[in-house]
Amino acid sequence: MKAYLILEDGTVFTGSSIGSDREVISEIVFNTSMTGYLEVLTDPSYAGQAVVMTYPLIGNYGICPEDMESSAPWPEGYIVRELSQIPSNFRSQDTIQHFLKQYDIPGICGIDTRALTKRLREKGTMNGMITTKPYEDLSEPIARMKSYRVTGVVERTSTRERYVLPGPGKQVALLDLGAKRNIARALNERGCQVTVYPAATSAEEILSAAPDGIMLSNGPGDPAENTKIIQEIHKLYQSQIPIFAICLGHQLMALATGASTYKLKYGHRGGNHPVKDLETGRVYISSQNHGYAVDMSSLDPKVAVPAFVNVNDGTNEGLSYTGKKIFTVQFHPEACPGPRDSGYLFDRFMKMMEVNP
Amino acid sequence: MPKNAEIKKVLVIGSGPIIIGQAAEFDYAGTQACRSLKEEGIQVVLLNSNPATIMTDKDIADQVYIEPLTVQVVEQLIQKEKPDSLLPTLGGQAGLNLAMELAESGFLEEHHVRLIGTTASTIKRAEDRLEFKEAMEKIGEPVAPSQVVENIADGIAFTNSIGYPVVLRPAYTLGGSGGGIAHNQEELEEILGNGLRLSRVGQVLVERCIAGWKEIEYEVMRDGAGNVITVCNMENIDPVGIHTGDSIVVAPSQTLGDKEYQMLRTSALNIITELGITGGCNVQYALHPTSFEYCVIEVNPRVSRSSALASKATGYPIAKVAAKIALGYTLDEIKNGVTQKTYASFEPMLDYCVVKMPRLPFDKFISAKRVLGTQMKATGEVMSICTNFEGALMKAIRSLEQHVDSLMSYDFTGVTDDELETMLSRLDDRRIWVIAEALRRGVTYDRIHEITQIDIWFIHKLEVLVRMEERLRRAGEKVLSGEPAEKALSQEVLEKAKGMEFPDSVIARLTHIPQERVKELRSRYGIQAAFKMVDTCAAEFTAQTPYYYSVYGGENEAQRNQDRKKVLVLGSGPIRIGQGIEFDFCSVHCTWAFRREGFETIIVNNNPETVSTDFDIADKLYFEPLTPEDVENIVDVEKPDGAVVQFGGQTAIKLTEALMKMGVPILGTAAEDVDAAEDRERFDEILEQCQIPRPAGVTVYTAREAKEAAAKLGYPVLVRPSYVLGGQGMQIAINDQDIDQFIGIINQIAQEHPILVDKYIMGKELEVDAICDGEDILIPGIMEHIERTGVHSGDSISVYPAYNITEGNVETMVEYTRKLAKALHVKGMINIQFIVDGEDVYIIEVNPRASRTVPYISKVTGIPIVPLATQIICGRKIRELGYTPGLQPRGAYYAIKMPVFSFEKIRGADINLGPEMKSTGECLGIAKTFNEALHKAFLGAGIKLPKYKNMIITVRDSDKEELIPIAGRFAALGYKIFATKGTAKALNEAGVKAIPVRKLEQESPNLLDLVLGHEIDLIIDIPHQGAEHSRDGFIIRRNAIETGVNVLTSLDTAKALATSMENKAKGLTLVDIATV
Repeated sequence: MKAYLILEDGTVFTGSSIGSDREVISEIVFNTSMTGYLEVLTDPSYAGQAVVMTYPLIGNYGICPEDMESSAPWPEGYIVRELSQIPSNFRSQDTIQHFLKQYDIPGICGIDTRALTKRLREKGTMNGMITTKPYEDLSEPIARMKSYRVTGVVERTSTRERYVLPGPGKQVALLDLGAKRNIARALNERGCQVTVYPAATSAEEILSAAPDGIMLSNGPGDPAENTKIIQEIHKLYQSQIPIFAICLGHQLMALATGASTYKLKYGHRGGNHPVKDLETGRVYISSQNHGYAVDMSSLDPKVAVPAFVNVNDGTNEGLSYTGKKIFTVQFHPEACPGPRDSGYLFDRFMKMMEVNP
Repeated sequence: MPKNAEIKKVLVIGSGPIIIGQAAEFDYAGTQACRSLKEEGIQVVLLNSNPATIMTDKDIADQVYIEPLTVQVVEQLIQKEKPDSLLPTLGGQAGLNLAMELAESGFLEEHHVRLIGTTASTIKRAEDRLEFKEAMEKIGEPVAPSQVVENIADGIAFTNSIGYPVVLRPAYTLGGSGGGIAHNQEELEEILGNGLRLSRVGQVLVERCIAGWKEIEYEVMRDGAGNVITVCNMENIDPVGIHTGDSIVVAPSQTLGDKEYQMLRTSALNIITELGITGGCNVQYALHPTSFEYCVIEVNPRVSRSSALASKATGYPIAKVAAKIALGYTLDEIKNGVTQKTYASFEPMLDYCVVKMPRLPFDKFISAKRVLGTQMKATGEVMSICTNFEGALMKAIRSLEQHVDSLMSYDFTGVTDDELETMLSRLDDRRIWVIAEALRRGVTYDRIHEITQIDIWFIHKLEVLVRMEERLRRAGEKVLSGEPAEKALSQEVLEKAKGMEFPDSVIARLTHIPQERVKELRSRYGIQAAFKMVDTCAAEFTAQTPYYYSVYGGENEAQRNQDRKKVLVLGSGPIRIGQGIEFDFCSVHCTWAFRREGFETIIVNNNPETVSTDFDIADKLYFEPLTPEDVENIVDVEKPDGAVVQFGGQTAIKLTEALMKMGVPILGTAAEDVDAAEDRERFDEILEQCQIPRPAGVTVYTAREAKEAAAKLGYPVLVRPSYVLGGQGMQIAINDQDIDQFIGIINQIAQEHPILVDKYIMGKELEVDAICDGEDILIPGIMEHIERTGVHSGDSISVYPAYNITEGNVETMVEYTRKLAKALHVKGMINIQFIVDGEDVYIIEVNPRASRTVPYISKVTGIPIVPLATQIICGRKIRELGYTPGLQPRGAYYAIKMPVFSFEKIRGADINLGPEMKSTGECLGIAKTFNEALHKAFLGAGIKLPKYKNMIITVRDSDKEELIPIAGRFAALGYKIFATKGTAKALNEAGVKAIPVRKLEQESPNLLDLVLGHEIDLIIDIPHQGAEHSRDGFIIRRNAIETGVNVLTSLDTAKALATSMENKAKGLTLVDIATV
């Protein structure tokens, strides 16, 4: 079946429908990872967005369920150049075609994803529509696209109930803002007992459990929208408990302490961005997925100083909080997909909890 | 970290002659690195014995030495030039081994030369089997159970403990020389014994066989601060067991999930960190196909063939960055030249699929075993880029220029299903075609996978191509039954077929629609090739570098620039015997010269190993097959003002007619004149007009006509196809049976062009490269071959200036060259080969293009031949360029070009020299005297004699008289001579002591026992001409080559070797070519 991707600037790409054939409007973003399509699909940070994979051959190794980063795929839509007709991997249990259908994710394949990526790069992230309906007049769908906002996504992707992932060591409270599984897994692997809290949990509830450390997860959407959560995080900041935050968690901590965030032109999504640890001068290749960044000029050095910077565009990639056992990163040390080079940050967090009496 | 200010003068060692396992990739890496060093204000001293390289140009390095790559030479050079540093990681294994020897002996330290890039201890840890194993154990990286052995008994004992089959890898050899897989004790003894001899240190690794696992490679970089990145990973379609150089390789990996990808990536980074490499490194893995188990196969702590491929596949210049790292820079300080926005610490992301295919030499070595294994056999490779695997594979296939254009290029009609299964299990160069045939016959994926161990994903992709063939064939049936083409072949099918890169010619063949009509249909449906950019970042950032590949279905990114005149430079494709790196040298210099003349330069080529496909050589680079259709797609976008075909070897020349049809003017010699030189009858007319004699000859099409011709001319005759390079298919026939056999071989491939039968004249062979501007000619020099006629010019030792001819000969040759150049209206290059017999001069061949000798003659005469020819093509005159027309005065030096062979790599190939070229590369000996130059040339070719001072001689009766003085000279050099009965008798009678030995078929001890006894270091074996090569001779020659014995098959070469050994100088005088 024919499918169309319509961008809010009026560009139309014609391809074939994959997954669900329902019509969907969302923000369109691109990811440059060459492997890890399932991890991308199941990363809650993509809620509200349709993802373009710049690598043209997707689905080659099928679906390996243990690679899922959450219980379900989150993107509103999926855009690829070519889907493999057969999966080939010893762990594969399904095809990506079936997986998309099963979860009712609409998508389009057979389009020039590079041309689309270039458009997004030049004009910035846009909204768009995936549909199987051939619109004669685009003005009506474009009007709908223009009014679309990614909103309420943290609540949607966070856990409904608190739950515990047992471990013999440190007690870590993980505030699930749309968390990828590997964050908890990385902590579990280091012996931690991880208690996962819904995003709307009050600071008091978390603090009353007296955890050894608090972990703020990644998550979707515009960070500034989460005013209620930001207030709670401010309270966590005021406690003496070590905090490590990733991606959205990093942005929310910055917002909670007086800094501001802004939307990047087209974000960073992929597994190849170099980030520099300003303390050691070392450069690490990182996994990234963010559309917003912390505005460095809004930082009060008395509160926080940059700890990591993006080598390519100089944007902020991490903060170290002055006088606090708090450090936060914009990128994804939990990897999945992408390089594991910055996994040592979990060890740094462990050390931080170690010296905490 | 800023640059280390103590580094001011760096010695760079190149890799020497092109041999199998060490090809043009090191010229690419070395050239890039030298330019990168010079950019930083570093003085570069270059040493390489290969004159055909760009790195040995005086504009690439400050001091250039084309000298043998021996420890003695490097030591002498260090004393002379006093560099403060040595960069050892750019010259392949040859360069690395030299640097290691100097480091180990303490010479470097003594002369205050530091190794930059990577330290000696790091190299040792990566290369020494034992130390490497220990390092891997230390960081918990798995290696296959293995043991280093130094004798056969230990090898057998260890193998018995881990079980057969085992892989054998000799330490410190390249291209896997001497390695192999042993399935039983007999094989183990044979391969192990051989490997122990070939290893520089007498060590061979015996290891658990992991054949059948996935073979995955990572190219990684590390800087002095410890930052590490991955440039690219690659997956071999062929599982472990076939050398990666002979495998079809795809980048990035296709069948690895993120878990596997990251597991191996992390491992590679841990390894480069543990080894402390600063620069580039290649790590090879075997990955179990149904688990996460993996083994590290090996690590190359230097740039390599794989790093060249990774550079071209991603746009990330590994050698350039490695050179900067060697100077002290860190990855985040080095700008990415493609984007100008990102840094070298950014990992490339591909949004396309790259396929590399090896160029194997079995068309040259018909008797050779086509089986592929752990010993590399490919002479070169092609790369192609597309957004899908099918398209990339199809493009790679037709880039090979081996009469293959699809998966249907081999005929399996007579093969039964059972035989086909057997063929599936045989690993040879036709395996993907065999799989395609199996798929056509309905063999299941699982069965094919079970036999071949190739991942089902790739098998499926071949099936997709086979299914498309079937759809096109069905359309063809409709056409045959009278349906109009546009109905029979739907837009959808045509679109899909083009998307998979089916060429129009193949579509035409399958659908029975004329090719022109297919093209018409395409333009009616709007199915046009679009060009996409290789930008290192999957379009995330705007890129500055116009490096393109074609794809069907999508937006075109290549924009025609309006400002300047445009010239299309056609490259020479994969390195093969007969068309080597020389033509890349010519293409690159021509490009640079056109740029200086104000042109916008556009290169088309498909060889990832070369300098010409570096993205900053031309203004635009199209990485595409060199077929008419692919070139036309580029022409449609660029609309060049002209194309130049005379620098890209026969590959480019063959495109002349097609370019004319596209309306692209051929710059330089006109197409019809090119044709006149190749077309026998027209060429004969011209010779007659000019009153130039050539050996009598006839053009024929059939064996019957050939035999009639031979009867008229009288045997021996030369038989060859027209329009070929490197004497392919050329043979000397001494009787009718030979003709039947040769023509049979030639006609295995459909011939569009006739076959030539010429009288064979024995005489001296000479060669001239000249430039003509339409009026005047410029001849930089005349070259004379050491071997008499009958040995291909590319396999002859060539001497500049000619040393053994008369003034009259010279005048005649100059005169003939002038007449011919004018008659053929040559504008640019012409190459002529002559036979001189007394005062008679005959012409044997004229090539209206740059030849293989151009780089070396340019260097030794100091005349920039290619730039001059290019300027003339642009309309300038020889006189206005400051040259006096005619033969240039001879230089102060003798320069001797010596062919280098790779016979030990190709099992079953006959090493006998003849009219068909067999050498893979060349080296140069340059000196004030003929004798020293000759000595250097032999040294450069790796012939280090005497070793045991025992030799075997066996010659034909007719050669005995000529042999006697030569044998006498070897005897005087201290050689003990063994000879077959007849030869021994003749020698003894003439007073040269020779010990008779039994022939092969006689009881032991016979000739073969002597060869295998490893006390012989030289064999002179002159085989009979004609097809009936003595079987004995063949066996002796093969056994000799495989056990590392030097074999000469021409008395002329033997004479030259004697001269060289007699003049074994006490010390060599090193010549800085940059000052010639």
